[in-house]
Amino acid sequence: MPDVQSLVNEFILKLKKRKIEGSQATARQTAVLLRSVISQQRIPYTSQAAALIDAVRAVGEQLIAANPIELAVGNIVRRVLHIIREEDLSLTTAAIEGLNVSSVSDDDGDTDKDDTPGLSAAALAAAARSTLRPPSLQTLLEDLPDSSAIPHTSSSGGDSDGKSKSADKSTRSRKLKHDVIEAINELIQDIDTCHDQIAEQAVEHIHHNEVILTLGSSKTVLEFLCAAKEKKRSFRVFVAEGAPRYQGHLLAKELVARGLQTTLITDSAVFAMISRVNMVIVGAHVVMANGGVIAPVGLNMVALAAQRHAVPFVVLAGCHKLCPLYPHNPEVLLNELRSPSELLDFGEFSDCMDFGYGTGTPLLHVVNPTFDYVPPKLVSLFITETGGHDPSYMYRLIADYYSADDLVLQRKVASVK
Amino acid sequence: MDQRHRVQRAVSDPKVRQVGFFAPNPNPISDFPSRSSPPLAGSPSNATSSSPVIIIPPPPPPAARNHPALSHLVVGSYDAASESLLGSSSRLPSSPPYSARGFVVDGEFSEESWPQRSNSAKFASSFPSGGFNLTAARAVITPEGDASPAVISANEKNEVSAVEAKNERTESSKPEKAKLTKSERRALQESQRAAKAAAKGEGNKPSAGAAPCGPGKASKQPAQKKDTASAAPSSALLERKGSDRLPEKDRKKDVPAPRMQFDDKSRVEKAKRRAVVNQTEARNRVELFRHLPQYEHGTQLPDLESKFFQLDPMHSAVYKVGLQYLSGELTGGNARCIAMLQAFQEAIKDYVTPPEKTLSRDLTARVSSYVSFLNECRPLSISMGNAIRFVKNRIAKMQITLSESEAKASICSDIDRFISEKIILADQVIVKHAATKIRDGDVLLTYGTSCVVEMILLHAHEVGKKFRVVVVDSRPKLEGQRLLRRLVTKGLSCTYTHINGVSYIMHEVSKVFLGAASVLSNGTVYSRVGTASVAMVASSFRVPVLICCEAYKFHERVQLDSICFNELGDPDAVSKVYGRLDVNYLDDWGNKENLQLLNLMYDVTPSDYVSMILTDYGMVPPTSVPVIVREYRKDQLWM
Repeated sequence: MPDVQSLVNEFILKLKKRKIEGSQATARQTAVLLRSVISQQRIPYTSQAAALIDAVRAVGEQLIAANPIELAVGNIVRRVLHIIREEDLSLTTAAIEGLNVSSVSDDDGDTDKDDTPGLSAAALAAAARSTLRPPSLQTLLEDLPDSSAIPHTSSSGGDSDGKSKSADKSTRSRKLKHDVIEAINELIQDIDTCHDQIAEQAVEHIHHNEVILTLGSSKTVLEFLCAAKEKKRSFRVFVAEGAPRYQGHLLAKELVARGLQTTLITDSAVFAMISRVNMVIVGAHVVMANGGVIAPVGLNMVALAAQRHAVPFVVLAGCHKLCPLYPHNPEVLLNELRSPSELLDFGEFSDCMDFGYGTGTPLLHVVNPTFDYVPPKLVSLFITETGGHDPSYMYRLIADYYSADDLVLQRKVASVK
Repeated sequence: MDQRHRVQRAVSDPKVRQVGFFAPNPNPISDFPSRSSPPLAGSPSNATSSSPVIIIPPPPPPAARNHPALSHLVVGSYDAASESLLGSSSRLPSSPPYSARGFVVDGEFSEESWPQRSNSAKFASSFPSGGFNLTAARAVITPEGDASPAVISANEKNEVSAVEAKNERTESSKPEKAKLTKSERRALQESQRAAKAAAKGEGNKPSAGAAPCGPGKASKQPAQKKDTASAAPSSALLERKGSDRLPEKDRKKDVPAPRMQFDDKSRVEKAKRRAVVNQTEARNRVELFRHLPQYEHGTQLPDLESKFFQLDPMHSAVYKVGLQYLSGELTGGNARCIAMLQAFQEAIKDYVTPPEKTLSRDLTARVSSYVSFLNECRPLSISMGNAIRFVKNRIAKMQITLSESEAKASICSDIDRFISEKIILADQVIVKHAATKIRDGDVLLTYGTSCVVEMILLHAHEVGKKFRVVVVDSRPKLEGQRLLRRLVTKGLSCTYTHINGVSYIMHEVSKVFLGAASVLSNGTVYSRVGTASVAMVASSFRVPVLICCEAYKFHERVQLDSICFNELGDPDAVSKVYGRLDVNYLDDWGNKENLQLLNLMYDVTPSDYVSMILTDYGMVPPTSVPVIVREYRKDQLWM
């Protein structure tokens, strides 16, 4: 599968060069890449799930190493791993049920196929949790390989599991891959439509004559505000420009194009204006498991100001932004410093940047961070596709999407995080 | 005599109240007799204290020394003596004897008459150095039994209670003072009330004959100020009492006139007819700021320039300054204020009183017209308002006997004095104080460009402190870049970031130094927009925030948010990002009627984010600002 490897390399290069902007695009492309990895993966007759998991994991490690700051990559890799586990589990349980009903027929596969897409990821997870959760602890204790754990646990459901396995091995091998790809397609679709699903909830949160403040630009926020506007709500928006990228200008332009009353303010005026604001609505880069948010730079300041004036601080985040990790010193470790040229004109300050004055260190440093960490206590509400959630609930929501076995993908990366 | 002293001591302790950071008074008053025969406030002998701010109860009138008879004043004697003094506010040599203040015997008061403040002001300001140790009846501190002063003194009490404790150790007489019984206190209040009633009766007379102060005396001040600028504050403090006694009429006058509200159509029309500068209303005005002037920026300049030689009433120096404001060439509170004052000086030098007019009236009107012109060019800052008030006051209080040239010379020298004392020397004092707060290894954060902060950093660097500076900047002015360049050129190690990055950088910062355009009397800091955010982030990271502000910028106004009063800059500056051609989404923003651009110039930092305010009166907590404002205002009016 040389072409898959080249695809992977290409993607890794893009990530390294930071060519992909925005976590949604990154998430989507990661999912597409992993889909093609899986579709090209040869599957052995035994422990297919383990083979898939190993393949995805190997690629995932490379992707994450390429841009450890872009947590969306890791999220999607974990999601895909989780999907594989779930599909494998549902197949085995279905097979067992089929056995129990003692009707080992071919259409059993068909019904299952119809079933699976109908189930939402959450419902699947809920169904699987009861069986998956305790065994994963057991695997830890018994130090068994993951792949063997799944058939093993599912065997607790039925007695004659060895027989069933051999019986429909051939159908299952094809079916597992097929189901996984189906599920990944669904995931991609979810990522594509997360804006709309979040925006649907806008009317519940925005009322007439409200004043809303946002900083920088986020597609989710744009859709959210416009959805409320389409529902005939009239409100005003303050947009802080979001130095040093000034995406706020873009957002303001688009909001105006959609007929919203918009006021563009400088970032420094946020504190001054927040006393007249009813709600702060912002997008996020990543939501951590503790409910903390890695967000575009400047949002910590906004959140503090909002807290001071008791203004609700609402974060919109698609499910691909939910990261199952807990942050440690995120301001520094999960941050990235961009080029000083965004702040200072090199031409003007070239004379100040020499390594002079004896010590050998430059006198002038420029700090241009990309992200801010907003601690959970400053966030009033998260709005995801599944509705609004309190920061303290995020860990639980996240547990629905990821399997506990996948949290640590890579020893090295884990130590960085 | 001895007996009397003892009695006095029981109720009226000498009280030196100190605010802020100070060294314990090395020279406490222990000499009773000198106190009872009213000592000069802060007489040179006990003026060595280095404390920057001292709140002192009203001093016994210095003049009483000239009238030894008054020192006998005892028992219930707010009567004849003090009443006769009520009218004697003017310090003209012919004035009748001064009232004695602060003599309390058996719970009875001699209530000093309010005009006293002119005297005490003069005295205080003419003392060579800081640390005034004044004696007075503590009970007198709550004059008239009125609620408001009592509240204030209570406030102060809190602030200085620690200080008091210290003083109590140094002054043996202290403990006894608290021994007023309830009944005594009541008697005291009653007597005060009576005194107040009496004062009211006579109130109007003195207000009319408010004492002008001779230029000769005033001009002594600069030299003295140099010794320790802390003299001024205490002198100001001396007057707290006086100001409490303002008769109704004066009190009303003190309330600042409501500002022009630009959503009041009729008044705006009227103002427009008078205006020199042709303003066109801005497009897409921000609804929330209708009450502030929102005009096109830059369009007036060519028009005004063409009128340069036609404008008769406007002096060319004033005109020039106005154009500099308009073009943005002249920015920064101190620079603008100094330029304005110097322009006034020029104008006053060239001024000739028209026939059949008096100098004081005509010149005041003239200055008012200058001020309104400058205000059209760019809304005046609060500090400039204070300076203008000073100038007008000097003109109004000019002695009629002076010839025109003398009067002009005296006003000009007064303005010079204001500049040198209130701005230049004040800055030096602040720098001196601030340098003590910088330690080796510190990381100091500053925001934008404040000339005082820059002086502090450079001074600390010169004296060999090893520290690093973080310069935080914000759009659209990017003032920080200029500061950055100057600091780096001087060899300071600097880190530069924008205001959004302040949460990131705050981890490594150990102190935050910020400048201010004004400090309002509720302790809030009115400063360039973004200061509040920086202070907020700093306080959330538990980093001390030090505001550096000269006391002439303090104002008695209060403000809760940044919306009621502010200044709006050019909205085009927001849409265009300097040096970033890729950000051009809003180049045609004027055509989109739903879009407004807001370029706010100032914001208001709540006082709880401020750890300390560094002023020329020393280092004070934000809660002490109203005290300094009261004092300072008197100081300014009467010096």
